[in-house]
Amino acid sequence: MGFRIVKLPDIGEGVAEAEVSAWHVKVGDVVREDQPLADVMTDKATVEIPSPVSGTVAALGAEAGQMLAVGAELVRLEVEGGETAPQAAATPEAGVAVTPEVAQAQDQAAGTPAAALVPAADGLEPAPPASKPAAAPKPPEPPKPAPAKPAPAAAPPPRPAAAAPSSGPPRPASEKPVASPAVRRRALDAGIDLRQVRGTGPAGRIGHDDLDAFLSAPPEEAAPAPAGRAPRTGVEEIKVIGLRRRIAQRMADAKRRVAHFSYVEEVDVTAVEELRAALNQRHGASRPKLTLIPFLVQALVRSLPDFPQMNAHYDDEAEVIHRHAGIHVGIATQTPSGLMVPVLRHAETRDVWNAAAEVRRLADAARNGLAARDELSGSTITLTSLGALGGIVTTPVINRPEVAIIGVNKQVMRPVWRDGAFVPRLTMNLSASFDHRVVDGYDAALFVQALKGLLETPATLFMEA
Amino acid sequence: MSEITTKLLVLGGGPGGYVAAIRAGQHGIDTVLVEENRLGGTCLNVGCIPSKAMIHAAEAYHAAVLQAGDASPFGLSSGPPQLDFARTLAWKDGIVGRLNTGVASLLKRGGVKILRGRGRMVDGKTCLVETDTGPERVRAEHVILATGSVPAALPHLPFGGRVISSTEALSLPKVPATMAVVGAGYIGLELGTAFAKLGATVTVVEMAERILPAYDAELTRPVARRLSGLGIEVLLGAKATGLSAAGDALDVEIGGEARTIPAEVILVAVGRKARTHDFGLDRLDLDMSGPFIRIDERCATSMRNVWAVGDVTGEPMLAHRAMAQGEMVADLVAGRRRAFHKVAVPAVCFTDPEVVSAGLSPDEARAAGHEIRTGLFPFAANGRAMTLGAEDGFVRVTARADNHLLLGIQAVGDGVSELAAGFGLALEMGARLEDVAGTIHAHPTLGEAFHEANLRALGEALHI
Repeated sequence: MGFRIVKLPDIGEGVAEAEVSAWHVKVGDVVREDQPLADVMTDKATVEIPSPVSGTVAALGAEAGQMLAVGAELVRLEVEGGETAPQAAATPEAGVAVTPEVAQAQDQAAGTPAAALVPAADGLEPAPPASKPAAAPKPPEPPKPAPAKPAPAAAPPPRPAAAAPSSGPPRPASEKPVASPAVRRRALDAGIDLRQVRGTGPAGRIGHDDLDAFLSAPPEEAAPAPAGRAPRTGVEEIKVIGLRRRIAQRMADAKRRVAHFSYVEEVDVTAVEELRAALNQRHGASRPKLTLIPFLVQALVRSLPDFPQMNAHYDDEAEVIHRHAGIHVGIATQTPSGLMVPVLRHAETRDVWNAAAEVRRLADAARNGLAARDELSGSTITLTSLGALGGIVTTPVINRPEVAIIGVNKQVMRPVWRDGAFVPRLTMNLSASFDHRVVDGYDAALFVQALKGLLETPATLFMEA
Repeated sequence: MSEITTKLLVLGGGPGGYVAAIRAGQHGIDTVLVEENRLGGTCLNVGCIPSKAMIHAAEAYHAAVLQAGDASPFGLSSGPPQLDFARTLAWKDGIVGRLNTGVASLLKRGGVKILRGRGRMVDGKTCLVETDTGPERVRAEHVILATGSVPAALPHLPFGGRVISSTEALSLPKVPATMAVVGAGYIGLELGTAFAKLGATVTVVEMAERILPAYDAELTRPVARRLSGLGIEVLLGAKATGLSAAGDALDVEIGGEARTIPAEVILVAVGRKARTHDFGLDRLDLDMSGPFIRIDERCATSMRNVWAVGDVTGEPMLAHRAMAQGEMVADLVAGRRRAFHKVAVPAVCFTDPEVVSAGLSPDEARAAGHEIRTGLFPFAANGRAMTLGAEDGFVRVTARADNHLLLGIQAVGDGVSELAAGFGLALEMGARLEDVAGTIHAHPTLGEAFHEANLRALGEALHI
């Protein structure tokens, strides 16, 4: 028997780490080749990692919810035959290229005790290591004590088997942590600052066990609040990881690099809303229910050929604008884990019902975390709508490298002066932002006016030019 | 002009550059390496490798001369040796050539494209390369600057004629009768010693008050003794002021007095300076750290996706540091998290005897605020050193007084360069005195002196 280590494969462009969102196996399970081991969530999609071989699960590399670096150990399998070379990474379902791992071979050679892995969440022990790590060396004869310092760190007593993570002596803030190169690399890969980790080894050295303890330590619980109106002093630290980190980076990038300007115009949506209601009534359940989004998409499809500079990507590093012939509309969608932008591809080929069905499917997929990576990238212009929560005006942030985003505000019945009298009209604002580096204000105004014209006279939405 | 688009451009094919390129190739990164001259940089072509070949040849010749003079302690004698210096040079060049070819094939195996020619950065992503077949424009997502260093010149003693740098010293057509060496750092002493052993009359001129000023006096004393034994005159506190009026000697000022040293060849070895002048660095406008490109702990420069490794980033200018940096940057480009958190960058002087230093010296450790204990074990008490006729020198360890963590290890003695591996490992692993003391060191070897030095620091030495 031997061990086979399944590493977290490279699951796509620029992904350095991923969250293990769910385990399909636990320690002791027998798995067949291609049987799913775990679901792994990146900032964009969830990928199922299948087992590359048949074997028995000896240890899991992370608990559900933990982040793992690409190339880190995902699962340790006990397999038939004496295979010890743990190089092969699993292939993700999506079939993305896998970078072979070389760098981490040495610290994962077969002799490494399985205890280097985090025990599975259900408390099962990983398979016992082949050899116990050498016992802590005998403490030294106490060195001649310096007058000021009574040499406290010199001789930590041999620690009990199940030492708590805090059993090591604290390290003065100014001192560098002591750890072997293998431990240092593992900490870097796992995103751990070794200065935070207590070393229980001699001279405060941080070993693999200390890293394990640090990784599996439960977050410190806040003390229960006493009764009455006690002041609350706790500060909750929420690690910005996964999708939220990605959102943070992209938003900061967009705000830092794009010269945003916003343009707001009022649109009379009485006619298009009447048409929408009539169509929904006429077809009932036989066709997908129409929202305003498919009509906005139609308005984009009709107007963008006259404004190719809006349906574009600006590669500001290469200083090239890519104007796209196809119209791929990003639909900003709120999901439980944060903002996502699934893409309605080739809107120019779709009618309102087809677009409505696709938008619904994409939104559901995004909310359920089932959207594929290519369904979450490649948009050329973005629509963002909060429906009834849309407010009066918004200043949408451009979905870089796109150059335009159209925000939809709430619909309000307003008195409008028309033909010598006030008439009630359903109105709605469009708040659009543009990248002023490559889009001039004049063109942006013309573009929004074109959208307004199309929406106020909805018949034109369906007339071939 | 043709244009190449790639993920990674490496400017410079020395140890930092070629290692980065090999590792990047192994990661499957599309990589272009630009090198104007031969692969391997200073180290392989005009530095570490050819100088060690010359040192070895000189040592072998010198040993034979001693035997001819009946100086052998164990009774060996032979006739006067002859050295065909042209063959010595050819042998040295053969080694360099084999290593050149080896580097090229490693790069090829990694799928690295090698572009021969002078590269000049146009901006942080574009490099213009003057190749034999015309200019090529390379556009890259990431750039690694690995342009290395060049010998530093003295303003009043510019290179040319009989004033040479270490590069020319490795290709002299014959052994000069007289040689003046300006600078008693490791380069000057290594080459000066080699030429003295080959028969030249060598004088070393050093401005500081002792040789190898980068190392402590205790460590360099055996080297000073040996220099004098070889008949090399070492002028300390002396300033080379220029060529003599006749142009065939070196003018020196020492203690306020002028002196003229006849010299067929004047080797100026006063250090190396970062090569920052001829590859378009001004177009990048990077933050500098004095004469060097400023880098952070990931070798990142002040420009995104522009990295720098090796001598161009400053001291210590050592090939193995550049290699470690290059490897790390390739990992970073591949998306790994990495940082240059090394405990020690060991340094070796191939003087006679050799000097090794890894980590802090006792003085440096005290200056860093540590209370320390040290242990020194002399080779005079080491059996293997006696059988080699190499009893001069010692191994010395420095550890924290409170927890015995090793802070630094130095050695001086014949063949101690090979002990550097163990020293580096002990420091990187965070070894304490007890760890080394508790490790069996094979007998009879020079390495036992390392073991005993740790025992001695614990007050438990056995053989002294």
